[in-house]
Amino acid sequence: MGMDRRNFLKVAGLSTLLAAGGKAAVDILAPGDLEASMKSVPLSEGKRWAMVIDMRHLNEEIMDACTAACHREHNVPDVGNTKNEIKWIWKEKYEHIFPGQQHEYASEKYKDQFFLITCNHCTNPPCCRVCPTRATWQRSDGVVMMDMHRCIGCRFCMAACPFGARSFNYGDPRKAPEDLNPDFPPNPDYPTRSKGVVEKCTFCAERIAKGMMPACVEAADTIKEDVLIFGDLSNPDSRVRKALRANYSIRRKPELGTEPNVFYIV
Amino acid sequence: MLDKALRGSNRYWWWILSLLAVMAIGFFCYLYQFKMGLKVTGLSRDVSWGFYIAQFTYLVGVAAGGVMVVMPYYLHDYKAFGRITILGEFLAVAAVTMCLLFIFVDLGNPVRIMNVIMYPTPNSILFWDMIVLNGYLFLNIIIGWNVLSAERKGMKYQSWVKVLIYISIPWAFSIHTVTAFLYAGIPGRHYWLTAIMAARFLASAFASGPAILILLCLVVRRYTRFNPGREQIGTLAGIVTYAFVLNVFFFLLELFTAFYSQIPGHMHTFEYLFVGVHGHNNLVPWMWTAALFSVIALVLLIVPASRRRESTLTAGCIAVFISTWIDKGMALVVGGFIPNPFEKVTEYWPTAPELGITLGVWATGFFVLTVLFKIAVSVKEEVGA
Repeated sequence: MGMDRRNFLKVAGLSTLLAAGGKAAVDILAPGDLEASMKSVPLSEGKRWAMVIDMRHLNEEIMDACTAACHREHNVPDVGNTKNEIKWIWKEKYEHIFPGQQHEYASEKYKDQFFLITCNHCTNPPCCRVCPTRATWQRSDGVVMMDMHRCIGCRFCMAACPFGARSFNYGDPRKAPEDLNPDFPPNPDYPTRSKGVVEKCTFCAERIAKGMMPACVEAADTIKEDVLIFGDLSNPDSRVRKALRANYSIRRKPELGTEPNVFYIV
Repeated sequence: MLDKALRGSNRYWWWILSLLAVMAIGFFCYLYQFKMGLKVTGLSRDVSWGFYIAQFTYLVGVAAGGVMVVMPYYLHDYKAFGRITILGEFLAVAAVTMCLLFIFVDLGNPVRIMNVIMYPTPNSILFWDMIVLNGYLFLNIIIGWNVLSAERKGMKYQSWVKVLIYISIPWAFSIHTVTAFLYAGIPGRHYWLTAIMAARFLASAFASGPAILILLCLVVRRYTRFNPGREQIGTLAGIVTYAFVLNVFFFLLELFTAFYSQIPGHMHTFEYLFVGVHGHNNLVPWMWTAALFSVIALVLLIVPASRRRESTLTAGCIAVFISTWIDKGMALVVGGFIPNPFEKVTEYWPTAPELGITLGVWATGFFVLTVLFKIAVSVKEEVGA
């Protein structure tokens, strides 16, 4: 596949943006192309990314693989305690994810079943509504993004998120315990963060921009295909739409009106 | 007029020095937090706001409470309050200063604070809070200073100051309304998601602000030659009484809705706060202390004889302070995070550096308050008011 100048600049612009994290760097390397490259960060306009998680086939092995792949991909350190832990995608018990649904006669199978959870990339995200600096915002393709270089660390978004999807760097992630993070940072192509900023899942914006699947989906696929399905809700023929058409699906806390874009087939 | 703050008795200087010492301790604790990050606090992934934001919320109330002397004087022409409006305004200045400092020390990335101005975001309530708090600070500094200098020169203040005074009255209501909106507009935090939040905030503000002002008036009368006046204190006591009764009433309304409807999400935080859940009960003794002091305050303030007697009024005001401080300065913010979105309980308790910083900010507030009150009282003494 050939790459024309425009596409090259898109990728160059994006990777510079991610690596150097500054408008200045892009302006020096590709003057005037920043706006163009920012605009084309979504794979294409008018899309709406979503994830369908098929709980009938998901097991703890796959969930752990997803978490490990994601946290390596994004240089998420193990800080060594739950108080200040940082997590982008992780497993949690059914009763904690769907609190209102739990009842004492539920089958043991569901009661103790782990679900995989991450940022829901809500269509109507309260986190973006409350952010005082637009450090977290929604792209036109639905991805709820996080600019860790603009975030002032007020943590309003953490209070606003009804899904507990956001983590705060209480300490310096680059100084996380070495014995727990022997090869930190595991992915030199992804920026590490400073202390005092909020972070969360971005649906692997940096990967979907290159036409790749999110790291968790890729990790799940190597164990079992079609357990995590990622795709475009606006396209009626996409795999996510097909999965949602063919199966009964639920979302977390739909009554709050945030319109989550992570669906569970149960 | 600043020179007035530079001449004082030994007692005055010792007080100033002790405040500076506490401020220094707070400053060094802050340097430590700045270097290590907020992990030195008791905050966690689940309880992401704690003592700092709670103090901020409480002090916005104290600042707004200042309007309870300004409004009767300027809108209702209640002449007696003319003697003490300056004290209400300067109390507001000190309280807002502390509010801004508490926001600042809570930030994970304080060096980026100007991003709030560089990327103004009107859909964020925090943006509006920044505007109303800073606006209220400047209004009170400008108004207080001008009115006081005019009084010192034996003149009437200029007419444009009057315009600012009229603006400052609704502005006072706005600071606590906007602060309530920080919490009341968030989906999924049941304890905060209540339409009566702003009203509750204002009621608690108009009780705690004037209660602190009464205590300050008594201190001023005891240690200086300026007497804020018996009638003034009596009227303030009436205001505290009405506002505090409303505050308790609003809280009972919350309890009714939660426990008569029996909706679990609405009851959980109250259960955590007053009886504890699954063995987590850090705040239970505090909440019952707050409840006890509420009852004491209600009795001492409602019974006319004890409201009029200075010793019992003082005790009543202290009781109002304790109960509103626990309610807003501890329980409201932390309670909103418990249980967390997974209906699990992670408790919170401030650490030593966190308390050091908190004390440092309070000391800074008292420093500002002392200097401003010293100036105001010296001018009053000079003109023989």
